Amino acid sequence: MIEVNNLTKYYGDYPAIEGVSFTVNKGEILGFLGPNAAGKTTTMRILTGFMPPTSGSAKVAGFDVVDNSLEARRHIGYLPETVPLYTEMTVEDYLDFLGNIRGMEKGWRKRRIEEVIDITRLHDYRSSLIGKLSKGFRQRVGIAQAILHEPDVLIMDEPTIGIDPIQVVETRSLIKGLGGEHTLILSTHILPEVSMVCDRVIIIHEGQVVAIDTPENLSERLRGTERIELDVRGPAAQVMTALRNVSGVREVTRTGEGDVASYYIESNTGAEVAEEIAGLVIGHGWGLLRLQPIHMSLEEIFLRLTDPESS
Amino acid sequence: MKNTLTIAWKETKTYFASPMAYIIMAVYAGLAAYYFVTSISGVLPEATVRGYLIPSTLIFALLSPVITMRLLAEEQKLGTLELLMTAPIRDYEIVLGKFLAALASLVSILIPTVYLVFLLFLFGTPDAGPILSGYLGLVLFGMATLSVGLFASSLSANQILSAVVAMGILLILSVIDLASTYVSGVFSELALQVSLTNHFQDFARGVIDTHHVVFYLIFTAFLLFLTVRSLESRRWR
Repeated sequence: MIEVNNLTKYYGDYPAIEGVSFTVNKGEILGFLGPNAAGKTTTMRILTGFMPPTSGSAKVAGFDVVDNSLEARRHIGYLPETVPLYTEMTVEDYLDFLGNIRGMEKGWRKRRIEEVIDITRLHDYRSSLIGKLSKGFRQRVGIAQAILHEPDVLIMDEPTIGIDPIQVVETRSLIKGLGGEHTLILSTHILPEVSMVCDRVIIIHEGQVVAIDTPENLSERLRGTERIELDVRGPAAQVMTALRNVSGVREVTRTGEGDVASYYIESNTGAEVAEEIAGLVIGHGWGLLRLQPIHMSLEEIFLRLTDPESS
Repeated sequence: MKNTLTIAWKETKTYFASPMAYIIMAVYAGLAAYYFVTSISGVLPEATVRGYLIPSTLIFALLSPVITMRLLAEEQKLGTLELLMTAPIRDYEIVLGKFLAALASLVSILIPTVYLVFLLFLFGTPDAGPILSGYLGLVLFGMATLSVGLFASSLSANQILSAVVAMGILLILSVIDLASTYVSGVFSELALQVSLTNHFQDFARGVIDTHHVVFYLIFTAFLLFLTVRSLESRRWR
């Protein structure tokens, strides 16, 4: 549904993105992950036809975004980072205007306005001036306009930024519900969001794609070290020493004082130390209160991939 | 064309929903009535509308930028320009739609002055020709001022800035014909030719010269073209 080929964009001499390539299949939700100024917005703006690339090409729903821009735009719903709203219009007028400039027939427009108001639950606010709505509701209006013309492809730039936590949860489930029917690209720098919502993730850093994979595979692939959290009742100093002596263990840190302490153990990949540690603690007659392998969170993967010192 | 009208209609609705529309209308009606009364209160009063048509050029140079200042600047400020520029419409359709809305606003402020024309016919025997040609000239002059205003509005997200830039350009283009007496040859002719007010004089006298009509139309078209280019340049930044 979306094919991006070697996309490059320079602002003057500064490369915003360089050689970005990826494809998104129909019905897939793709997460665009990267720190600020990584090139997420630039890529999205090229896809939506807002600006042309310096080189490379992109196709949306089979239409080139430069050569066949108007046709491509017809198939895209776009929610920019700052939700573009006419504050002096009512929700209904706003949607009607946008339906109109997207060439929707009157009947279709009327029906869809009802539907999107339904989906985004804006019933009570349909006649309110947009300028009077709270941020969360404005976000919903933004989503409503993006899906209004039943686009094949939805592109959302930081859709959950700046709204309160309850609305964030609502917005996420709304977005997740849109997958399947729509092909979706959403950018974010909120990492848990990606694993919650997306089928696949692209990590982009300094204008280049660093990794593309499913959130699970990324965790798996990049798990350089395995970690274990351990709560033990026993003499802290002796426990520390014993743990350090287990082969494969690289580092042990302790938190908490007194009888019960927590230990954080890092070990080499594949060392499978959990079993041995459990046996060790029991063998010494200490109390094994908790033993939990820790999976590397996307946050850590992200930091690792985008941190020049560790790569 | 349909997209242009959609945008024009939306802008017109927005304009008339704001107090600005009625303030501008009142300001112009007040000034026109003032000039009208002073022009027909002389020793040898003439039943013409020239009394307020001539000063109207200067008034338009100040009012048009107020009408146009928000049209594109606000879109940039609200971020809605990105919405328009990623909609399946062409850039020139956006600009034309905005321009048509501005023109409708400008024509609307002329409507109250029809009352003054009515008074002329009630109490005198005016010549209809110069009145019609005068209004035609004023609309053409207005189109030129609006195109400058719209261009200025495309330059930045700051409405005040766009209004001041447009007023500056329009005031210079309104008075530049005065310079023609101080320079000679080509420059003198040039000063007369680019002067927006100079081309208006014949209309006020009752003469519709195609040369002047074409001047205003080409001037307007050129500035609208510049506006489209200015919008397009946002795509390349």
